[in-house]
Amino acid sequence: MSEGLPEGIDRHAPRSAAEGRHGSEGLPEGIDRHAPRSAAEGRHSSGGRKLADREGTLAWLFLMPSVVYIIALVGVPFVLAVGFAVSDVTAGDPSFDFVGLANFRAIFDDPVFWRSLGNTFLFTGVSMIFIVIFGKILANILVADFKGKWIVRFLVLLPWTTPATLGAIAWLWLLDSIFSPIDWVLRKLGFIDGNMYWLGEPQLAMGSVIAVHVWRLTPLAAVIMMAGLVAIPRDMDEAARVDGAGFWRRMFEVTIPLTLPVIAVSALFGAIFTFTDMAVVDVLTNGGPNNATQVLTSWAFFRGIDGGDVGQGAAVALFLFPLLLAAAIAILRAVRKLEVR
Amino acid sequence: MRRVGVYLLAIGAAFFCAAPFLWSLITAFKQNRDLYNPNNNPFLYNRPATSDHIIYLFDRAAFGTFAWNTVWVGVLVVLITLALGLPAAYALARLDRPWAGWFGIAIFLIYLVPPSLLFLSLSRIVVALGLQDSTWSLVLIYPTITIPVSIWLLIGFLKAVPRDIEEQAMVDGYSRLGAFWRAVVPLTFPGIVAVIVFAFTLTASEFIYALSFVSPSTEKVISTGVPTELIRGDVFFWQSLQAATVLVAVPLALVFNLFLDRFIAGFTQGAVKG
Repeated sequence: MSEGLPEGIDRHAPRSAAEGRHGSEGLPEGIDRHAPRSAAEGRHSSGGRKLADREGTLAWLFLMPSVVYIIALVGVPFVLAVGFAVSDVTAGDPSFDFVGLANFRAIFDDPVFWRSLGNTFLFTGVSMIFIVIFGKILANILVADFKGKWIVRFLVLLPWTTPATLGAIAWLWLLDSIFSPIDWVLRKLGFIDGNMYWLGEPQLAMGSVIAVHVWRLTPLAAVIMMAGLVAIPRDMDEAARVDGAGFWRRMFEVTIPLTLPVIAVSALFGAIFTFTDMAVVDVLTNGGPNNATQVLTSWAFFRGIDGGDVGQGAAVALFLFPLLLAAAIAILRAVRKLEVR
Repeated sequence: MRRVGVYLLAIGAAFFCAAPFLWSLITAFKQNRDLYNPNNNPFLYNRPATSDHIIYLFDRAAFGTFAWNTVWVGVLVVLITLALGLPAAYALARLDRPWAGWFGIAIFLIYLVPPSLLFLSLSRIVVALGLQDSTWSLVLIYPTITIPVSIWLLIGFLKAVPRDIEEQAMVDGYSRLGAFWRAVVPLTFPGIVAVIVFAFTLTASEFIYALSFVSPSTEKVISTGVPTELIRGDVFFWQSLQAATVLVAVPLALVFNLFLDRFIAGFTQGAVKG
């Protein structure tokens, strides 16, 4: 303290005074708060094991319905799906015969599987980057004060609250091979002569699918990030402002570091939705042209339902799970680390 | 100068998000001869507007039935989710079991099991229960999507409720159950709203289960009914499709907007401090 005094006496003096005030206030408060807690703990231990036992029973009573439900309708089907993956069940022949890893060997031999896998990573990765960037920008806009905020929020929420298939249908018409209004504008501006065939050219189709997905999930990411922005203590931003930090410096040195956990959470949600979603792909391109937009989920659906090969469909779908698990653990760990800091 | 920037960004964002719906709205009232002429300006009515396609949507495509099915399935799923999820989350957040943390992570991992992995076996189970081709199959299955994510969110909200409040309620003579119901649940209200909104949106959006369990058109929900009844082979009933999109999108976004602040407040406690 005596070292710091001569240096920044003007600027730091009021703040350290404030800290001091906080500290002197915090002390008795801390004592007050701890006293009843330890008293309560004392009560717990002196009240004997009865209360603890009752809490154990209550915990199980409260958990049981969810546990039973989840085991019956997630656990059992999951095991069944693993069973399908190592069997020769098809739509025509539902009898169960064990075939070992034959289904996996078959899907690994299929170049479409590898293409789908690559597409899934491309689709998820690129979407995620844009969703996080646009979500961040959108969140910053939506927490600002301006007139007509209500209507802007309403319009911004539309892509996410609309069921995915309906949103994708709106885009299907917007990107129509003949009647696309985007093409019409480009034609009028003289950029193109005929049509773009947004969903017909492999690269354009992938771009379109990613764009629609980003459009759909950015509002969700923005809402989650708004939660983080709202939670930033105002005085930190004020302090940085008083210290003369500009908008961008405050953004990168205060806002973003403080909201990183929320950004990670929104990225996690975005990744899961992207990774397992097939409504957008299904409606827009049906995996085409020539499997250019095929992802693992849609490929599993084609194999298992349209193709009738339940075993191979289940094997492809099962492949999603370890990938999701790895991604989720990585991101949850990152969140933990950020919170601890 | 800054204000102008904020307004420009806000208008730009609103435009990018809403533009496809604006295009849907224009399309919905167009006559076929106007719509299917690539030389016409697609943003204008080159022929008088018509409401024929919207009438078709209700009279011939059972849109009202789909909407009603979506609403009652959504409401029941939300109720089941809260009835099962809230006590479970409370047990994990508050009852100090040593395995609570481990259990919480397990529940989050269950959320990662994608519907595309389960629908093949679940459709067998639905058939075995005699629920195939009935909307009730969705009421039974949809909580598998909503319960895990709701528990995960609610744990965070419940942890944010100060312990003293519960202890005070018990000192005042409530049982543990009474304290939960009278003191904790009301304080978790923003979180409950967040879960209601989140669960309803997930339910209304769901596609794979609805597609594989239910095929009679009177039992369908919006997410499957609209695309299957209004796209017949290569024939797209474009105006009716776009009208359906707008009719669903606007009320959902309006309701969500009403609860947005609570949702954000809830998420702050839930996801960040959870």
